[in-house]
Amino acid sequence: MDTLKKIAYFYIDGFRNMTVGRSLWLIVIIKFFIMFAILKLFFFPDLLATQYDNDADRAQHVRNELLNNR
Amino acid sequence: MNDFATLVDWSRAQFALTAAYHWLFVPLTLGLSVIVATMESIYFRTRDKKWLATTKFWMTLFAINFAIGVATGIILEFEFGTNWSNYSWFVGDIFGAPLAIEGLLAFFMESTFFAVMFFGWEKVSPRFHLTSTWLTAIGASVSALWILIANSWMQYPVGMEFDPDQMRNVMTDFWALVTSPVAINKIIHSIFSGWALAGVFVVGVSAWFLLKKRNQTMTLRSMKMGAWIGLIGILITVASGDGSAKVVSRTQPMKLAAMEGLYHGEKGQAITAIGVLNPDKTFDNNEPTFLFDISIPKGLSFLAEGDFDAFVPGITDIINGVKIDANGDTINTIPYAERIAIGKEAQSLLKQYDEAKKQGNEVAMQQAKEGLKDTFHYFGYGYFDNPGEIVPNVAITFYAFHIMVIFGSYLIIFFIAILLLLYRKNLTHLLTQNRWVPIIALATIPVVWICSEAGWIVAEVGRQPWAIEGLMPTKAAVSNIPSSSVIITFSIFAVTFLALLVAELNILRKYISKKSQEDLDNSNN
Repeated sequence: MDTLKKIAYFYIDGFRNMTVGRSLWLIVIIKFFIMFAILKLFFFPDLLATQYDNDADRAQHVRNELLNNR
Repeated sequence: MNDFATLVDWSRAQFALTAAYHWLFVPLTLGLSVIVATMESIYFRTRDKKWLATTKFWMTLFAINFAIGVATGIILEFEFGTNWSNYSWFVGDIFGAPLAIEGLLAFFMESTFFAVMFFGWEKVSPRFHLTSTWLTAIGASVSALWILIANSWMQYPVGMEFDPDQMRNVMTDFWALVTSPVAINKIIHSIFSGWALAGVFVVGVSAWFLLKKRNQTMTLRSMKMGAWIGLIGILITVASGDGSAKVVSRTQPMKLAAMEGLYHGEKGQAITAIGVLNPDKTFDNNEPTFLFDISIPKGLSFLAEGDFDAFVPGITDIINGVKIDANGDTINTIPYAERIAIGKEAQSLLKQYDEAKKQGNEVAMQQAKEGLKDTFHYFGYGYFDNPGEIVPNVAITFYAFHIMVIFGSYLIIFFIAILLLLYRKNLTHLLTQNRWVPIIALATIPVVWICSEAGWIVAEVGRQPWAIEGLMPTKAAVSNIPSSSVIITFSIFAVTFLALLVAELNILRKYISKKSQEDLDNSNN
């Protein structure tokens, strides 16, 4: 437990004492928000994972795409 | 242009934009981490506070670049799942395994020690801190290594077998992937090009300090470090580039021919040093290839085969399946028309396998499977109807290759010149008193980035139309989604990436400007 606390404070103190980092981390947080909360959620679904329940159906979809639709 | 062609082009454009953006940050991370670790090693050995200040200055620039660049590569993985789902399924665990190793091992290793590097100055021992800095640098290169192995497999697929039941490739030999000659050359070439790029960055930023006439001690020692590591980097990059050319001549001869704009090869083939391509030239007409060119006799034969008299096939030769071996005998490789026929046969056999499976006919399944095994090597050619569709964009490949070579050659001269100015006492005033040399050094920063991006353009445009060489063209790899959605995400990316880049450059500029006002030469920190 002490080790975990030490690690946590290591990071907390590190962030607290940053000088250049504040605007930098703001940009990083905005970037992560755009990437994961907007792009991934609304624009980049994993098509095969979301549209099919199992690997056999996924394989069948790709088979159909590669052999009949191109 | 029909909607499907639009979809393929926009999906490719989106992937290219994301990859090119990601590659703005990666090489600087690879090279600058080594420079910072070397600087800290000198501080550790000498305990000279000036080296500590120098290390901390460059370490902060490294952090800014790392923070802005971090995770931009993840967007490429989003795109695999959405825009390239056929590809993602077809490659199976072959592509996934190196990426998973990269994520688990290298990225976490890099990120953990990165935190110690920045937050641990006063909290861990100097030895542990130095170890963390080196492990961050090593972690960055290990991270790149796995990505480059995955990319190399797409250029030269080895160590796998196609499983028609799973409709995907299955890894059979992990070490064949890792030790593929394409991978080895690509890893060395890419990682050390990062050293060259970071070397120019350090020399260029230092030159700006010289122009401002501040912190000369820190500036000159940084310049020396940047120039040495940059010179080592560019020399190894050039040497591995020579190795790459020899491997490409065996594994992707069409790419080599496109790099040189070569349509009809000959023995003792000249290499084009500078040239302007004739836009009307195609593989099946007799137009001259160049409007203007300067060539080095026998250069390409030596570059490709290590033999001044070797035959190097051109685009038309490769399409026609003509090659001449080391004894001067004409040998026939498989012409593209025949590869297309074999590819169509492979696809037909796969359909037969499925039909036989549905009917439970195991004998027919086995026959189709055996036939597929023999023809699968050209599976992707079956998506085309004429050989002209299987030629990459020669102009982009040619010009990108020549920009890379010309700028790369300039960098060797640049680093040697900077080192001469730094070490010859009677010349150093040209750096410290004269404005032109620092201005040239500063202007070299965009040159090295253009050179680095041009290298990737050669690698990726030169292998078109393939997503996986010979097995899967981009038009088969792409997901069947509306092209409008790809255009929207492309636009979001273009705006977001541009804003982030402007923000990063602004933070870098502000930090450098602020530090140039401080007296780092006499800093106690």
